[in-house]
Amino acid sequence: MEMIKKGAEAEIYITEWKGRKIVIKRRIKKGYRIKELDEKIREQRTKKEALLMMSARKAGMSVPIIYDLHINNKEIFMQYIDGERIKDVIDGMEEEMQRKICEEIGKSIASLHKNGIIHGDITTSNMIWMNDRLYFIDFGLGMKSRENEDRGVDLHLLMEAFKAAHKNKNLFKWVFEAYKKNFEESKEVIKKVDEIARRGRYMRGVA
Amino acid sequence: MICLGIEGTAHTIGIGIVEKEGDNCKILANVFHMYKPDKGGIHPRESANHHTKYFPKILEESIEKSNIHIKEIDLIAFSIGPGLGPCLRTTATAGRTLSLLLKKPIVGVNHCISHLEIGRALTKCSDPVLLYVSGGNTQVIAFMDGKYRVFGETLDIGIGNCLDKFGREVGIKFPAGPEIERIALRGKKYIQLPYSVKGMDVSFSGILTASLLLTKKEDIEDICYSLQETCFCMLAEVAERAMAHTEKEEILLGGGVACNKRLQEIVKIMAEERKAKFFCPPDEFLVDNGAMIAWTGLIMKESGMEMSIDETKVRQNYRTDEVDVKWR
Ligand SMILES: Nc1ncnc2c1ncn2[C@@H]1O[C@H](COP(=O)(O)OP(=O)(O)O)[C@@H](O)[C@H]1O
Ligand SMILES: [Mg+2]
Repeated sequence: MEMIKKGAEAEIYITEWKGRKIVIKRRIKKGYRIKELDEKIREQRTKKEALLMMSARKAGMSVPIIYDLHINNKEIFMQYIDGERIKDVIDGMEEEMQRKICEEIGKSIASLHKNGIIHGDITTSNMIWMNDRLYFIDFGLGMKSRENEDRGVDLHLLMEAFKAAHKNKNLFKWVFEAYKKNFEESKEVIKKVDEIARRGRYMRGVA
Repeated sequence: MICLGIEGTAHTIGIGIVEKEGDNCKILANVFHMYKPDKGGIHPRESANHHTKYFPKILEESIEKSNIHIKEIDLIAFSIGPGLGPCLRTTATAGRTLSLLLKKPIVGVNHCISHLEIGRALTKCSDPVLLYVSGGNTQVIAFMDGKYRVFGETLDIGIGNCLDKFGREVGIKFPAGPEIERIALRGKKYIQLPYSVKGMDVSFSGILTASLLLTKKEDIEDICYSLQETCFCMLAEVAERAMAHTEKEEILLGGGVACNKRLQEIVKIMAEERKAKFFCPPDEFLVDNGAMIAWTGLIMKESGMEMSIDETKVRQNYRTDEVDVKWR
């Protein structure tokens, strides 16, 4: 198994499984938590992430297929999305392509929100472009909610991530426009985004 | 240069006298007194009265301890915010009076940032993520793009507040943290409580309610133990996320709740597991104190900052990222 990433919470491996190339996301033990608490947290998050990905898929979104859950090891076995992270490729694209992808991002977030899913960590490093389709990954901080506040936090985070990682100001504008066009309740959400921005908190840039 | 710094944003009135020689932070005196309400939480007006009452005594004591003559003081610093209005105004008035009497310059200091600066000075860390945990404040702060920024914070009450409120309901006197820490040492059984982390933010009100419900059927030792473990692990987790995100390799503790040995241990293990360094100044510099205000005043002054009396209006909601950080 080859480890391709180690984050604060999880390790990502690429491996063969039943003849396929897959990704295993494993939540790592934290020695600072007492065992009971640590087990419970990692188990809940593993289950929650898998569930959110499955319900996003049911709603017609492109997310990795969940093949298996190994709850004992706090592992999710999922489809390997063999493409490019949006974060790494979008700046170098032609404007027409950038616009297409940004509209896709806005539209996808609109469907997530419409279906009661909050991603929780929408940044361009959690989006992969493969075969002309946009895939969302990393639902570990997500939740089920239809609150405009939660939706607003989601969008605001994306806005900050774009600001921090991508120079072209049009990118986010296109995302926003597509979100508005594809979501009837977007007006209320955008209001929330402004309110959240005014609270002046520095959110995460690129996670 | 020698600075007299006055802290008085909430329940504590403190005076620190600090000398800066090069980068060296020499504490000449650090005296404080804490307002402890007989019952209930902090009442801002009463706390301000407490500060007025104790200020002369503390001033005298700090000068005496420092072994300097009051005329040797070069600068007055005071906590300009954030904090409780009446307390801030009392402190600012004391600062202005001293500045005018001694004919020395004055600077108003951001309270939250002074916790970070005194920690940096005393523990010799250079660019840490600060986990700042006190009664009213719970924040994860780090320096980025020329400013101190809040990466995570509590979405409702501060961790200290949570412990105090729990204490009040079960008959532990304010501040309840130290007693809860002692009781928790006897706890053996972990009882599940809501674990509430949202990205880099935390919230404590749900845990408070759940812990209070447990008092009817569980031992107080086990509840205190579970309450601490849950809250402190949440704090360590958001601190770790901020470290991963900012790619910083030092973690510093600040604020009164950071005196808790179990919290120190948890954060220390977190740091070790990610091969980062853990820093924690002595207790008297973790709680609200005048020395941290004096020291921050000194580095501000050295970077060319100074205020006219008109500019010393208090700032109840002074935000961390509003501070013009000229010294870094
Ligand atoms: N299903 C997948 N297919 C391809 N790459 C993936 C997949 N899942 C994760 N990755 C890669 O691993 C990185 C980290 O995974 P992620 O789930 O975002 O965890 P983290 O919480 O550490 O950010 C991603 O940025 C991506 O590059
Ligand atoms: Mg990710």
